[in-house]
This record gives sequence, structure tokens and C-alpha cells, in this order.
Amino acid sequence: MAASQQESAIRTSNTARVLIYLLLLLFAFFYLLPLFVMGVNSVKPLSEITGGNMMALPEVWTLEPWRKAWSEAQVGVQATGLKPYFWNSIKMVVPAVFISTILGALNGYVLTKWRFRGDTILFGLMLFACFIPFQIVLIPMARVLGIFGLAGTTWGLVLVHVVYGIGFTTLYFRNYYAAFPTELVRAAQIDGAGFFQIFWRIMLPSSGPIIVVSVIWQFTNIWNDFLFGASFADFSSQPMTVALNNLVQSSTGVKEYNVHFAGAILAALPTLLVYIVAGRFFVRGLMAGSVKG
Amino acid sequence: MAAPVDADFRTRLQVWLPKLVLSPSLAMALVFVYGFILFTVYLSFTDSRILPSFGWVGFENYFKLFRLRHWEIAVTNMGVFAVLYMLICTAIGLALAIFFDQKIRGEGVLRPIYLYPMALSFIVTGTAWKWMLDPGIGLENTMHALGWESFAFDWIKNRNYAIYTVVLAAVWQTSGFVMAMFLAGLRGIDNEILKAAQIDGASNWNLYRRIIIPQLRPAFLSAFVILAHLAIKTYDLVIALTGGGPGRATELPATFMYSYTFTRNQMGIGAASATIMLMTIAAIMIPYLYSELRERK
Repeated sequence: MAASQQESAIRTSNTARVLIYLLLLLFAFFYLLPLFVMGVNSVKPLSEITGGNMMALPEVWTLEPWRKAWSEAQVGVQATGLKPYFWNSIKMVVPAVFISTILGALNGYVLTKWRFRGDTILFGLMLFACFIPFQIVLIPMARVLGIFGLAGTTWGLVLVHVVYGIGFTTLYFRNYYAAFPTELVRAAQIDGAGFFQIFWRIMLPSSGPIIVVSVIWQFTNIWNDFLFGASFADFSSQPMTVALNNLVQSSTGVKEYNVHFAGAILAALPTLLVYIVAGRFFVRGLMAGSVKG
Repeated sequence: MAAPVDADFRTRLQVWLPKLVLSPSLAMALVFVYGFILFTVYLSFTDSRILPSFGWVGFENYFKLFRLRHWEIAVTNMGVFAVLYMLICTAIGLALAIFFDQKIRGEGVLRPIYLYPMALSFIVTGTAWKWMLDPGIGLENTMHALGWESFAFDWIKNRNYAIYTVVLAAVWQTSGFVMAMFLAGLRGIDNEILKAAQIDGASNWNLYRRIIIPQLRPAFLSAFVILAHLAIKTYDLVIALTGGGPGRATELPATFMYSYTFTRNQMGIGAASATIMLMTIAAIMIPYLYSELRERK
């Protein structure tokens, strides 16, 4: 949209501008502070944290807290480090993102190019599902996962994340395909192309950006989920966020703050990397979830 | 030979295919969302304790719920938290967006810094702030190490102030996102009107107050809806930051529901609290989604 790129016509004086720059830098400091504190204190020996200044650079640099957080720290009852939970998260996130994005693309395609009476209401029903407080589904979901033998498994979590993620992926593809010329679809139909042929040959090849938006959004959301992981997983499937919380809250022994910080960065790293590489797609996903596209 | 029948079947399949493709997602939504909501609402009228049971007790769980001191604390905390969180996020978001609107150099560097917290898990945010605010090793200790011996900042351990630390961490996480919403709104405002007003001698203050901010109404609405629904759903952040404590000082409806349902074995009351959370969110979300989807046509 051209209008969204325009510069404001407002003119400001130089004193005001200096003040604005100072405030902007102050806020940048505020947003970066926790990252800085986590980073600096994850490479310090514990004694420097308890005895010293949280803002200071380490006197002795060490990667020991990282090694401990990854493979040795006490998480819950076992001293396995966060490593197995990191893989649990990966095993849960990859299929869940893949399935929910595919379903979202198909739904968006149907809801824009094969419209029928009442389709907007059905879409509204699916979309509302994204905003419910998930406390309302915890009790029956626990029962149903138990009945299907999925309680405590990674596949159970995949199912949960697909179910409550489809609303957003459908929203993305629906808004994106709404701007795609329907005449092209009708022309292909007249040429004898079927439903799936049109989807594979015409819609998908031009869906690159929105696929990226959907994948990044789902990846970030599912990786960061805590409630479902805490409610439905056991040791063999607990995700990283639950493990990090167990590590930090464990009341036995000395609190190893430097290990906690290293663990927190490990839990944040995948989504942070995705944000650094493809941040603008993430922001686009955020905005599409709140304001009209 | 069988071609006509075949063709007929294929045409009919093509007609039904779109609905067939949509139906698994729809069925999932109907069962896992709306079916489950009905089930939980039903449980809130039963004598369920450790497991679901189906003895009908009417509104008893709701009466019990509203007589519980614990729930009263959770709701009061939610009120304090939601109001402060939404006001501060909106104020910071709007201010930052207006600053960026002054043709700022380095916007491309600063904006991602303001927004990155949205990519983090609330558990990570909670962990970071938990130790930063901890009097023993965090800010207070740092100030002492720097020589300011009398500095005291123990809000996270203080029953009267702990809820404000939840506000602080939540604002840190989402205010950049609110900034992005307002910035998108600002960038869509027609410059011609502003130029005309400038020629008429309007000051910047008046331009913002009279022309620009009134035009941001859709952005205000979106920010309100998104922030309200995030506030009501706040759970992970409290678990990681304070665990609901000290005492019950930072207990929220979401943490209340979890502990009553799964650790105190009062499933009926837990279901009643979840139902109230859902109704609050529905009261905000349904009108919003309705107007958004209608306008789109």
C-alpha cells in the first residue's frame, strides 16, 4: 500500500528532535536490558552474580553455565539438562506447523475462491477459537487425549496445537487469497482444471510470502506455548518452556542463576533467530491478527 | 461407455470438494472448541471434584466461587493488572509511534529492538525479570554494589507491590507491538489535511490532538481488544515471574482456575471460573470480530 509508506508532513524543531532521540534511546535500553542481563550473567561464575553487580561484565568468562543448562542441570527430577526437552519441542513444533499451515491454506482457498452461503459465519466460528481463554478446554481436552491414548505424548500436543492454530493460519490465507484475482481461477476452471489442480498450480506458487508469515507465526506461538505443555505433557514430551520453568522454580540445592539465564536464552534462541532472520514476516503476522490487512 | 456416469460423478465431486476440504477443520472447531466449551460450562453446574461427575447442582459452584476470598483476590488483581497494563502499553505505544513519525533516522534499527520481546516466550520474560527484580541478586543488589547502600527495591517480594512487577514485565513484552499498530495507523493518515492545517497555522500539538489522534480510532480499538484479551489470558508470565505469590498477591483468574481444577480437586469451581473468563473475553471479542468480518465485504 503506497499510503502506508508515506512520510508524515509534521515538522519538528531541533530541540524537540534531540529530546525525541534521547527518549527513543532510553526505550531501546529498556527493551534490550533483560537480554543484556541474561547474556552477561550466563557467562559468569555463580559467585560473581551473588556477590556482585548484575550489570557488570564478567571478570572470569566461562561457558560452563551453558554446558550445564544444556546437558547437566536438574530439570524436575532428572539431571538431564534442557537437551531432551529442546528435541521434544522440535518434534512437536515441526509437524504442528506443517499441518496447520497446509490446512490454513486449503481453508483460505475455499473461503475466498469457492464461496458458499454462510461461509463468513463458519470462518468467524473458526477465528473466535483463537481468542478463547484455553482454560475453558483444558478439562475435556485432558479426557479426550486420554481416551485416544494420546495423553502425555508429542502427538497429543501436535493435535492440540493444530486445533487451536488453524484459526490464525486460515485468517492469513483468507486475507491473502482475497486479493488474488478470482478471474484466473475461473479461467483455469473453464480450461478444465480441477479444485486441487488450481490450488497446486495457481494458488500455491504465488503464496510464498503468506506461507512464510504463517510458518513463522505458528512456529513462534507453538514453541512459546506453556499452558498446553504443562497440562498435557509428561517427561517424554515436555517442551522447552515447561522444562525451563521447572529448572528455574526447582527448590532443591543452590540456585544457579547463571545456569537459569543460559537456559532462558536457549529456550528463546530458536524464536529469536527466526525473528532476526525474518522479523518483518513475523510483524506482518502479528498485525494481520489484529488489524485489517 | 461409462463415461457419462463418470463425468457426472466428477462434476458433482467438484461441487462438493470445497466443502469436503473445509469440513475437517470445521469439525475440529465444532468438537474441540464449541463442544468442549459446552462440556466445561456443563461441568460448572455439577458436583465434579477430582474427576468430572454429572450430579447437577445448579448455580452452587458460582455462589461458592463468588464467596471465595481467593477468587476475589484474583479478580481484584486482574482489575489492577488489566487497567494499568492496557493504559501503560497504549501510552508508550502511542508515544513511540508519534516519535517515529517525525522522520527519525535509525528507525530501521530501533523498531526491531522495540518489537523483539513479542517473539519470546512469557516464561523467558518471566525468568529474566524474576531475577532482575530479585532484591538478593538483581537491581537492589546492583545498586548496593555501585555504592548506593540505602537503595531498596523489593516489590517482587512485597505483597502490596508484587502485582506491579507483573505489569512491568507484561508492558515490556507487548508495548512494542502496540507501537507497531499505532505506527501503521499513523502512516495511513492523509498528509494533505495536515498540510492544509499547517498553512492555517495549527501547532503540532493541535495537529495531533485535533486531527491525527481522532483518526487513529481503529488502531485504538484494535489495541484495546488485543490487550484486553491478552490481559485476561495472562498465565505463563505470572507462573514464571512470581508463581502467584508472594502469598496470593499476584494470583489471577487463569492461575486460580488451574490450581482449583488440577491441584485442589475442585473441578466444578474451576470450570465455573473458566466459564467466567470465557464470557469476559467473548463480550469483548465477539462484537469486534463481528464488525471486522462485516466491514470486509
